[in-house]
Amino acid sequence: MGLTGARGPEELGIGFGQEDHLDRSSSTVLRLAAPVKAWIQRSALLLLITAAVALMLLGRIESGIVQAARSTVADAVTPILDFASRPISGTVDTLESAQNLMALAKENADLREANRRLRSWQAVAYRLEAQNGALRDLLRMAPDPHSSYVTARVVADNGGAFVRSVLVNAGRNHSVVQGQAAVTGEGLAGRVAQVGARSAQVLLITDMNSRIPVMLAHSRERAVLAGNNTNRPALLYLGPRNQVEPGDRILTSGDGGVFPAGLPVGVVAASEDGKVWVQPFVDWDRMEYLRLIDFELSGLLLSAGGAD
Amino acid sequence: MREDVWHRLDLIARKILPFFVTLLLIMAAMVPLRVPLLSPVIPALPLIAVYYWSVYKPDLMPIWAIFLIGLFHDLLSAGPAGVGILSLLLVYGLVESLRRLLVGAGFLAIWLVFVPVAAAASLSTWLLTCLIETRLFDLEPTLFQYFATIAGYPCLAWVLSQLQRSLIR
Repeated sequence: MGLTGARGPEELGIGFGQEDHLDRSSSTVLRLAAPVKAWIQRSALLLLITAAVALMLLGRIESGIVQAARSTVADAVTPILDFASRPISGTVDTLESAQNLMALAKENADLREANRRLRSWQAVAYRLEAQNGALRDLLRMAPDPHSSYVTARVVADNGGAFVRSVLVNAGRNHSVVQGQAAVTGEGLAGRVAQVGARSAQVLLITDMNSRIPVMLAHSRERAVLAGNNTNRPALLYLGPRNQVEPGDRILTSGDGGVFPAGLPVGVVAASEDGKVWVQPFVDWDRMEYLRLIDFELSGLLLSAGGAD
Repeated sequence: MREDVWHRLDLIARKILPFFVTLLLIMAAMVPLRVPLLSPVIPALPLIAVYYWSVYKPDLMPIWAIFLIGLFHDLLSAGPAGVGILSLLLVYGLVESLRRLLVGAGFLAIWLVFVPVAAAASLSTWLLTCLIETRLFDLEPTLFQYFATIAGYPCLAWVLSQLQRSLIR
């Protein structure tokens, strides 16, 4: 009000009362202030829109800075997300164990039967392992490189509508490196796309930008598994004479040297008109932990049982 | 003197609360639920929150706060950076231009206005993502999320209104 008073003399001279004068001058200020405020708001909106567009282009052209910013944000909130995701998996586990209790007797019988079957398979595996070793000795083959792994919890599903990816709570501090394969107990889930100090983003094999060198288990024919944002990635670049049947197993081929060869990926779900779709082994709804396989550092970090 | 300081801190805390609650909602929407078929239909919680505060308490959701919320969302999610910011700024612009319609309006009217506003925000997100990635993305997940967002609005708006009542005098 002190400032507006300075504007008043001629109004006072016409003989308005003090209160009336205050009212009028404050309304003058309001009249003046409203357009100014609107102008500031509009230019702020324009400025921020420009900044957002600049960020979009920056992310497109030179993604180093944006990636560094992403890693920083992910590192900062990973402890919060880690904390928040625990009770949920706990609740789901409790619900599941309650369901399991009801089916306990039947499950026990099933497991006994499965155990019997697996024991005979184990015997076969031992025999084949011994035979394989003997044949390798005969051929003087170089041993397969061992690999170690880091197990990380999935703390966020940060894909949204356009990207298939998850955030895990292990990063550079746990010797996670970009490009490593991420697997569950069932099979290949994705590839480490971006690494922070204590978090990493894993691009899933179903994402549109995912390309994984794979092979058919029975014919060793090479192909590329290409994500398409659905639950069934496609198999590209298969040889023309190749007969693919639904149910054929798909493994990583190890081409490119980033992934170990022979990781289970999925089975052929459907094939028509030369197009082949793969059903991954991974159960996306139960993906709680991911193993990030350290393959390139094989010679340095030997770990028993890590190679699978 | 000390009470004065506490009073001020209290006031500041109340003022920045909507901003931080919205950041928390962004994180909450990303917590893996591990429930089959639910993940694609998580509503766009920051969109609801920004619309809510812009309508009811615009002074607590200034434009720079909206920018920072969008930036946080874009950096944390794996989508292209900048797209979320632009869609939230679009919401801000639409609410500002519809302000006269929204002042004093009831819950139902505000929800009805949210239907086209959220449509504009969702479509712009889809369009900008297609442009920046130079490929045509399936519209279906966007539509799913849009309907989930419309359906989720009353629920989250109720929670936010309780928050507004209890914390902002």
